[in-house]
Amino acid sequence: MDHLDQLEAQSIFIFREAFARLKRVALLWSLGKDSNVMIWLARKAFFGRMPFPAMHVDTGKKFPEMYAFRDRYAAEWGLDLKVEHCPPIEAVDPTLPPAARSAARKTEGLKLVLAKYGFDGLIAGIRRDEEATRAKERVFSPRGAEGGWDVRDQPPEFWDQFNASPPPGAHLRIHPILHWTEADIWAYTQRENIPIIPLYLSREGKRYRSLGDSDITSPVASSASSIEEILTELHATKVPERAGRAMDHESEDAFERLRVSGYL
Amino acid sequence: MKVQAEAVTLPAAAPEAEATVRIVIVGHVDHGKSTLIGRLLHETGSLPEGKLETLKEVSARRGMPFEWSFLLDALQTERDQGITIDTTQIRFRTPSHDIVLIDAPGHTEFLRNMITGASQADAALLIIDAAEGVRDQTRRHGYLLHLLGIRQVAIVINKMDRVDFSRERFEEIAREITAHLEGLGVTPTAIIPISARNGDGVARRTPAIAWHKGPTVVEALDHLAAAPAADELPLRLPVQAIYKFDDRRIVAGRVEAGSLNAGDEIVIMPAGKIARIRSVEGWPEPPEPGTLTAGRSVGITLDRELFVERGNIIAHVATPPRETRRLTARVFWLHDTPLATGANLVVRMATAEARATVVAIENAVDPGELSHIGTQTIARNHVGDIDIVLSEPLAVDPAADNPRTGRLVIEVGGRIAGGGLVLSVTAGKPSDLIDIVPVESALTLQERSARYGHRGAVIWLTGLPGAGKTTLARALERRLFTHGGSPILLDGDTLRAGINRDLGFTAVDRAENIRRLAELATHLARNGHIAIVAAVSPARADRANARRIAGDLFHEIYLSTPVEICESRDPKGHYRKARTGQLAGFTGVDSGYEPPEAPELAVDASQTSIVASTEAVEQMLIRTGVRFGDFTDSAAHI
Repeated sequence: MDHLDQLEAQSIFIFREAFARLKRVALLWSLGKDSNVMIWLARKAFFGRMPFPAMHVDTGKKFPEMYAFRDRYAAEWGLDLKVEHCPPIEAVDPTLPPAARSAARKTEGLKLVLAKYGFDGLIAGIRRDEEATRAKERVFSPRGAEGGWDVRDQPPEFWDQFNASPPPGAHLRIHPILHWTEADIWAYTQRENIPIIPLYLSREGKRYRSLGDSDITSPVASSASSIEEILTELHATKVPERAGRAMDHESEDAFERLRVSGYL
Repeated sequence: MKVQAEAVTLPAAAPEAEATVRIVIVGHVDHGKSTLIGRLLHETGSLPEGKLETLKEVSARRGMPFEWSFLLDALQTERDQGITIDTTQIRFRTPSHDIVLIDAPGHTEFLRNMITGASQADAALLIIDAAEGVRDQTRRHGYLLHLLGIRQVAIVINKMDRVDFSRERFEEIAREITAHLEGLGVTPTAIIPISARNGDGVARRTPAIAWHKGPTVVEALDHLAAAPAADELPLRLPVQAIYKFDDRRIVAGRVEAGSLNAGDEIVIMPAGKIARIRSVEGWPEPPEPGTLTAGRSVGITLDRELFVERGNIIAHVATPPRETRRLTARVFWLHDTPLATGANLVVRMATAEARATVVAIENAVDPGELSHIGTQTIARNHVGDIDIVLSEPLAVDPAADNPRTGRLVIEVGGRIAGGGLVLSVTAGKPSDLIDIVPVESALTLQERSARYGHRGAVIWLTGLPGAGKTTLARALERRLFTHGGSPILLDGDTLRAGINRDLGFTAVDRAENIRRLAELATHLARNGHIAIVAAVSPARADRANARRIAGDLFHEIYLSTPVEICESRDPKGHYRKARTGQLAGFTGVDSGYEPPEAPELAVDASQTSIVASTEAVEQMLIRTGVRFGDFTDSAAHI
């Protein structure tokens, strides 16, 4: 087994554990490269068919290319697509810095989804190498009734035995690609020939490394116009992946605050 | 293969894209784990652009000297308190590996997080402060590495600048920690003097430690390897689920050890049923033959419709795991409430889950201290050996045979509370494969009933101790025998002295005791005898199970004698002992009895004479067709 085979096998194992041990799960589809890889892995885990909904918690501010991608592949991959619109910015904690506040709409959207569908598990495509608080995550991560993350009291998790019994009203976040890196995602996307949104590739000297809301995400300088070139670029770069995501950088703890209150 | 060609373009350091090596850094709080990681990243040029500047700003803003540990201590509370709370991971490269460094908190309070981090590692760096020396958490972490199955451990003796780079001090600590680890069967791969803060010994040999002839930390890390896959061990495929999305019935799971192929003859444990693998499934296309080795997540179909469920283990027929309800494990305990004998738990092994009762605890010890404490409970953050009885048989390997399937976790209230290694499987059947052909008796039931004057039956006498079960059973036995019948008494206590002598009085053991009585009685009844079972059998659920086993043969008789009468009779002296505390868990005193809701017959021995009771049973047997109504009194003809 090579490196990508190992990553894939572990992710499939996690998907199957989540599906076996929880009653009602959904995969959070943000339309980005990571959640597209997740859908691919889910289809591998369940032999071509993803047996739970693909949930798009929509801020309404994604790039047009992302919506086009969603509608095309939801049909092509036979997904049970569910779209939930996030509440307006006025509904969000006004003490957060502007970009973080904008991003936090998604947290509110997630709460609506949980209330509406009664999911006990949300499958999310976060990775440890993206960001420091995500590095401390569990694969099965319990959330309180309000969706909050109690970082001071994370349960032990070892030997691929997961805490899968959320108390009533609470839910679990399941992270099947927590152990992957940005480079792993691209190498696997290339190997498996998974479709991508063209915004990731360089146009006029710029490309997006990470895709979020169009108003709080900026492109990075890059000449990488193929996945191969992206991989070469990543090998050399020292710029963090989420450098173009404004909400991570507004203050020292802005992103930690977002995550503690239920952001992905 | 295409995959291999493209792997070269991976940003992995090694040209052959070797597996990533995961290394956990452990040790006592404040001995410098996070600092060493920060220094390692800096020295190997692995820090993201601007990270060092950001951290210097953060330190300045807090009015604190710059701390390398801020790199990993991502949470605001961690930076505020200067301690690592939860485990984290960070990547860098040595000349020949991609490395994931796992930082584990050193604070005792966060041992669960240390275990979470360390359990994912292939190897460990154990860090010790040269000034403070080996501390309790140093020993505790060393012990836990061993329990977590980590065999490659390198020692780093940090803060050598605080002891003037004294070689004597270094060697003194080296001797102490080596002795501790060797006592656990672990030999350090290297022992390295460093100053993480200043960089000595991390990536460079500096003049201050010129006397050190061993490797630097980077060199030592470069020599650690990924834990080998369990390909060479016998096949173990724990079943995660059965999928019926289309006309295929796919058994899904991850190969924990060994390998499999279509056509293999396999056995499903613990049931022991044999089948052949018809196909291996995959999407978008099935996997190539020969690739389904340890670590792969797979799906297979079988050549016959067998009952397979999550928790079963699929193995090759020649090398199955053991089937057992009883095992000994060495566990670490993380829950606030100490683990005690009699505790009812949920145990998880691979994908199986079972209820379990702790029947004994030995060798409880705080692994941070040097001496054993010898208590009968295992306190939080301590370790010990436990004997447990499972509510149902599971397929188990001792950890020495298979580290992947020979380990368990314990849950309390739905949350993982401990875990450990299976030391031994007691009373475990060496897996009888169900390729058996049951042998029928040479005699027909008609021949037997013609001789005995009755059909086979199970007469189940239940009631409080002292209610009169034994007396009635013996009278009934005599009566049936006198009339030419073939009664056989199965007394609960008598059988506990023999066939059931491995069982105690926990709920799980009582259930097994009843199950065995029911199986035995049913076997006799099927061969035409009347099995008279006299057993307290206090749990309704257990008796329901007995009725399920015996089916139509089952006749329940409830001895409803009031408890005061039972206690005043006290034929075995048990009530007296229970009242004076010499007998714990005694039904009728400090353990509950659940009376039957619809017995075939109820007898209150304080109201009914033994002759009348026996007559009532006999009438019941005639009424239900067990005893033939027109029997002749064979004794009268002699």
